[in-house]
Amino acid sequence: MNDGNSSSPLGTGGYSNTTATLALAKASFRSIMRSPSAVVFTLAFPLIFILVFGFLGGGGTRIDVGVKPGSDINNPVIAMLSKTGMIRLVMDKSQADFDKLLEKGNVDAMIDVHKKVNSVAYSVNVVYTSASRDKGGILKSVLNNVFYDKTLKPTVAEIKESTITGREYKTIDFILPGQLGFSLLSTGVFGTAFVFLSLRQTLVIKRFFATPVKRSSIVIGEAIARIGFALIGALFIILIGHFFFGFTLVHGALTVLNMLILGTMGIIVFMGFGFIISGIAKTESMVPPISNIVTLPQFLLSGTFFSIEAFPSWLQPISRALPLTYLNDAMRKVAFEGSGLWDVKFQIMILLIWGIVIYAIAVKVFKWE
Amino acid sequence: MEAKNAIISVKELVKKYDDFVAVQGLSFDVYENEIFGLLGPNGAGKTTTLEIIETLRAKTSGEIIVDGFSVDKNPQDIKQIIGVQLQAAGYYPNLNLVELIELFAGLYGAKIKPMEMLEKVNLQDKAKAKYKALSGGQKQRFSIATTLINQPKIIFLDEPTTGLDPQARRNLWDLIIAIRNAGTTVVITTHYMDEAEQLCDRVAFVERGQIIALDTPDNLIDQLVNSGFERKKEVKKANLEDVFINLTGKEWRE
Ligand SMILES: Nc1ncnc2c1ncn2[C@@H]1O[C@H](COP(=O)(O)OP(=O)(O)OP(=O)(O)O)[C@@H](O)[C@H]1O
Ligand SMILES: [Mg+2]
Repeated sequence: MNDGNSSSPLGTGGYSNTTATLALAKASFRSIMRSPSAVVFTLAFPLIFILVFGFLGGGGTRIDVGVKPGSDINNPVIAMLSKTGMIRLVMDKSQADFDKLLEKGNVDAMIDVHKKVNSVAYSVNVVYTSASRDKGGILKSVLNNVFYDKTLKPTVAEIKESTITGREYKTIDFILPGQLGFSLLSTGVFGTAFVFLSLRQTLVIKRFFATPVKRSSIVIGEAIARIGFALIGALFIILIGHFFFGFTLVHGALTVLNMLILGTMGIIVFMGFGFIISGIAKTESMVPPISNIVTLPQFLLSGTFFSIEAFPSWLQPISRALPLTYLNDAMRKVAFEGSGLWDVKFQIMILLIWGIVIYAIAVKVFKWE
Repeated sequence: MEAKNAIISVKELVKKYDDFVAVQGLSFDVYENEIFGLLGPNGAGKTTTLEIIETLRAKTSGEIIVDGFSVDKNPQDIKQIIGVQLQAAGYYPNLNLVELIELFAGLYGAKIKPMEMLEKVNLQDKAKAKYKALSGGQKQRFSIATTLINQPKIIFLDEPTTGLDPQARRNLWDLIIAIRNAGTTVVITTHYMDEAEQLCDRVAFVERGQIIALDTPDNLIDQLVNSGFERKKEVKKANLEDVFINLTGKEWRE
């Protein structure tokens, strides 16, 4: 990182950009740790949601699934569904009863399992109801994520296979990665936008420019502090989730590490939004509204609380365009399915594309003075 | 003073803000180890000129050399040998004075003891205070402490004594003289003529972006007297400031 400044007239040796960057990172980190809003956004909010869902959910959201009369019930499909602990199977009702219950949303879906003709495989038919779209969506992702086993593969060619079976999928397993994503999003966007706008407006940056520090050092120093802070927050959330609410970490520490690596990618992308906002906001009071334009849709539509499958189909393309969707998705796969980073390369690629686009804009609109 | 080596040389400096010409062809030299004053009414272009020399603003035209470095070609080299107190500046939020000094030490790549820097401006008791919690005069003193961190060859002080009480002002003069005696060149702006008279080896009067006079305070006063100028009223042996100092003592105030 040394360049051009090696000839110090004071004879004190070369000027070190690394020293300057680290001094800034340290200062920024201290400042963040003392700023109540940063701590609230990064830790308190996500933890409150996790507590609420952790206690409310207990064993998890309950999804009532009707078993169609005449369906085969002694098969691995039904067995695995009941093992999730999240799904309650409703049996012994007539088709007419089920139709009414489905219509009212009193059962969330109906399932019908049959042995395929001339085959050891089963065919599974799931009927969802528009009266219970959100739970139907959860069921769908449960089916996708948890349930289909390699041995059942031939029957479910139309549904994505998953490597995990029969592991209990708790509410916390869904909620925590979403909260983690939200924590990274708000830290990245709000924190970065506020800090650069206020450093610019209070002429802190102007004073910095009277020192030999490089602009890149200022940006990198701030980024190191913010990423460090966000990751400490993430680690804290993961550990509380794991030890107090049984958050599933398939490969233990390795899974945590993978989640933190994903988190780093996420926060870097989100900080890009923050850089843009700090450039276009004229005053500090403009930061929250503009930031909300970025964070709220992602908070609501990126599968923070509900699986995006639960959304009406016209909303889903929007969900699928948002970077947080892919971060959440990748986090859940890594944490619950035990995927490695290579398995979520698609999600990482989308984040990368977002990163490139966002930083291309940020370079254009960012203001130093 | 005898050698009269120009450490700063400004030639035909012009600065336009859109159509408005704030600085119109300024030329002057600052000699090594002198205290040089830029005086003049509000909006004369003093801050603009200083900030161009400090490499913080772009000039429209002209040539500036600071200790052999050109502002166009070697701004980084200039930044390493100057200390800057801005007329308006802020400091990183949520940090106390010691932490701020540590930050600047990192930015300058200087190895210093933060407490020693604070002692120079008599702020050691405020080491753990936040910048925001300082009084106006304490803020000025802290700003001056930050200009000394990299042991600069030249320091620029833009209205360092504005808002200070008479004691603090006098003590700051002592500090500035001590800094100069340690071998540093000082460029200062002020609206207090008594201060300029006491402190500055030479002063330049700037009006509407042009230098209208440049000489030692003594010579300028003599010229005026020789032109037949007389004060309207016989001056008393003391003034109100002397009364203030006499009543309240000479020490720095918290
Ligand atoms: N960023 C700017 N954009 C446009 N005009 C500016 C800018 N900065 C200064 N000016 C104008 O340039 C002129 C000189 O300003 P400057 O700040 O250099 O004055 P000054 O001599 O330092 O005054 P003061 O004694 O009040 O500090 C003023 O008329 C001011 O309005
Ligand atoms: Mg000024």
